[in-house]
Amino acid sequence: MYVAVKGGEKAIDNAHRLLADRRRGDPEISELSLDQISGQLSLAVDRVMSEGSLYDRELAALAIKQARGDLIEAIFLVRAYRTTLPRFGYSEPIDTGDMKLERRISATYKDLPGGQMLGPTFDYTHRLLDPALAGETVPDAPERRFEEAPEKPMRVSDILAGEGLIEPDGDPSGRDPADITRTPLEFPLERETRLQALSRGDEGFLLALGYSTQRGYARNHPFVGEIRIGEVEVEFEAPELGGASVLGRVQITECQMVNQFKGSAKAPPQFTRSYGLVFGQSERKAMSMALCDRALRAGELGEDRVAAAQDEEFVISHSDNVQATGFVEHLKLPHYVDFQAELELVRKMRAEHAHRAENMQEAAE
Amino acid sequence: MTLQDTGLAAYNFAYLDEQTKRMIRRAILKAIAIPGYQVPFASREMPMPYGWGTGGVQVTASIIGPEDVLKVIDQGSDDTTNAVSIRKFFEKTAGVETTTRTGEATVIQTRHRIPEAPLKEGQVLVYQVPIPEPLRFLEPRETETRKMHALEEYGLMHVKLYEDIARNGHIATTYAYPVKVEGRYVMDPSPTPKFDNPKMDNCAALQLFGAGREKRIYAIPPYTSVVSLDFEDHPFEVNRFEQPCALCGAEGVYLDEMILDDKGGRMFCCSDTDFCEERRGEAESVSASNGEIV
Repeated sequence: MYVAVKGGEKAIDNAHRLLADRRRGDPEISELSLDQISGQLSLAVDRVMSEGSLYDRELAALAIKQARGDLIEAIFLVRAYRTTLPRFGYSEPIDTGDMKLERRISATYKDLPGGQMLGPTFDYTHRLLDPALAGETVPDAPERRFEEAPEKPMRVSDILAGEGLIEPDGDPSGRDPADITRTPLEFPLERETRLQALSRGDEGFLLALGYSTQRGYARNHPFVGEIRIGEVEVEFEAPELGGASVLGRVQITECQMVNQFKGSAKAPPQFTRSYGLVFGQSERKAMSMALCDRALRAGELGEDRVAAAQDEEFVISHSDNVQATGFVEHLKLPHYVDFQAELELVRKMRAEHAHRAENMQEAAE
Repeated sequence: MTLQDTGLAAYNFAYLDEQTKRMIRRAILKAIAIPGYQVPFASREMPMPYGWGTGGVQVTASIIGPEDVLKVIDQGSDDTTNAVSIRKFFEKTAGVETTTRTGEATVIQTRHRIPEAPLKEGQVLVYQVPIPEPLRFLEPRETETRKMHALEEYGLMHVKLYEDIARNGHIATTYAYPVKVEGRYVMDPSPTPKFDNPKMDNCAALQLFGAGREKRIYAIPPYTSVVSLDFEDHPFEVNRFEQPCALCGAEGVYLDEMILDDKGGRMFCCSDTDFCEERRGEAESVSASNGEIV
């Protein structure tokens, strides 16, 4: 009985002891180190940093270890820590055109300045389980294309913009960016706020919604203009230091989609943009985000809103997996007081129903 | 300010940093000034899951001081697992005194119940709220419901209640029964059974409502009118139990149904465990051995 009249406190303590034991697993087997997690489960770490909105590989690795590999639980741990951190200010916008690239592909051009660069991708691997990986392996040293750092290739969206075929990117507002962790959401949202929410949104949820747009629920004819993965510098302007100083580098994945647009009363025929940006390496998330971003621009572009993916309140209110998991799982908490009230009502209504049936029977006789 | 060193990271008194508390207090003040109005606030991620009382915890953390005495109940009981967990959280992060006695507490955080013993001036009752919007299940869009509140457009709610009567002969809402506060805002009393609604009216204590996931705070100041929605020919009624509490004999209180065996055996006893224990403590005829159900 999980809600015994007495003993809840002891039960909780015991449950936590058992959890610690199960987390550790067989003590005969050596314990995972944080370096192992961040080095060898790096994409899990990336997801936790991205949806946890905190760029710290070590803390993300710790969270994954503590959460027994449950990534949403790990994201939750990181968020609950992040929210207690003081805020000094906002960094300068990062320049993804200045990225130190590890991967860069475009689906809209066969070849382009800077070339296609596959980088460390699962694409084109055959998904055959590799028994050799069950043991310890030493992979071949990776090839390096450049002895020195290559030139920074221009972004595909800039190539299109040069021809005036794509809508302009908008100018930076100059004011402090919106911050969904410091101000409550108020619908309808500005696009920057929406992108922020999408960037920390659940990968699975955005994937499903993005997929739905491809299957005809608010189709937006997307092309992958460019995906780039690599490191960018983060700069912070501290008036005391005079000018911006570099705080460090973060690895990010950026996806710029180019979407057909036949024009509307509000805008001429042109390609439109949609955008995905996440910490670490996660093309799936960045692409899904871009598909959702485009679908959610329906109102701004004068398109009919006909599908779930275009419905801002629906998408944004349900994209946060920490909120979603909490509320779904709160159904585990005792609800017997409300249930008691419902029990009484159902009993009463059943009695009334039986009484009516009896009367009908009598009337028929 | 007390800083509690937990080894890795230091946390402020009652977990939240002072800036966050100030932001929440501002929202609370606004909520008190406009009874029943849902004030948006920048809800923080808390170290317990959304849906498990994060709104109530943030409100409590923002109003509690070192001199306060805290009581936490869930389903009327101090010993339900989540009540224990939240009480421990404040014992750990704020080091405040806690109690199970309603009369001794200055701050009472609750989920799904209002204590049976009348609350006094100076006490604060903090409710944990899952869905603060009373119109949400009639209109899922926030943009619409905000407009409806602004225009005092509550026809939809009355239609819903009327449809209940047309279909069932009575209103089929048993908990989270909507109320009107100070003749203006329709408010969700949180999922307390409607049995508790009359206790909100003209209550001597301050009632604060926190919804963390939905980022809303609302309030009922002391001695404010709270009226459960009804119709002249179908007045609001609370559910009555046919038998008294099997443990303390109290009547006119909310009872839990305990299943005793698999043959239909059951007993009804007080949902408010503190109320029940205090009554049993007063009655000499009841021996201590009957005091625990296992």
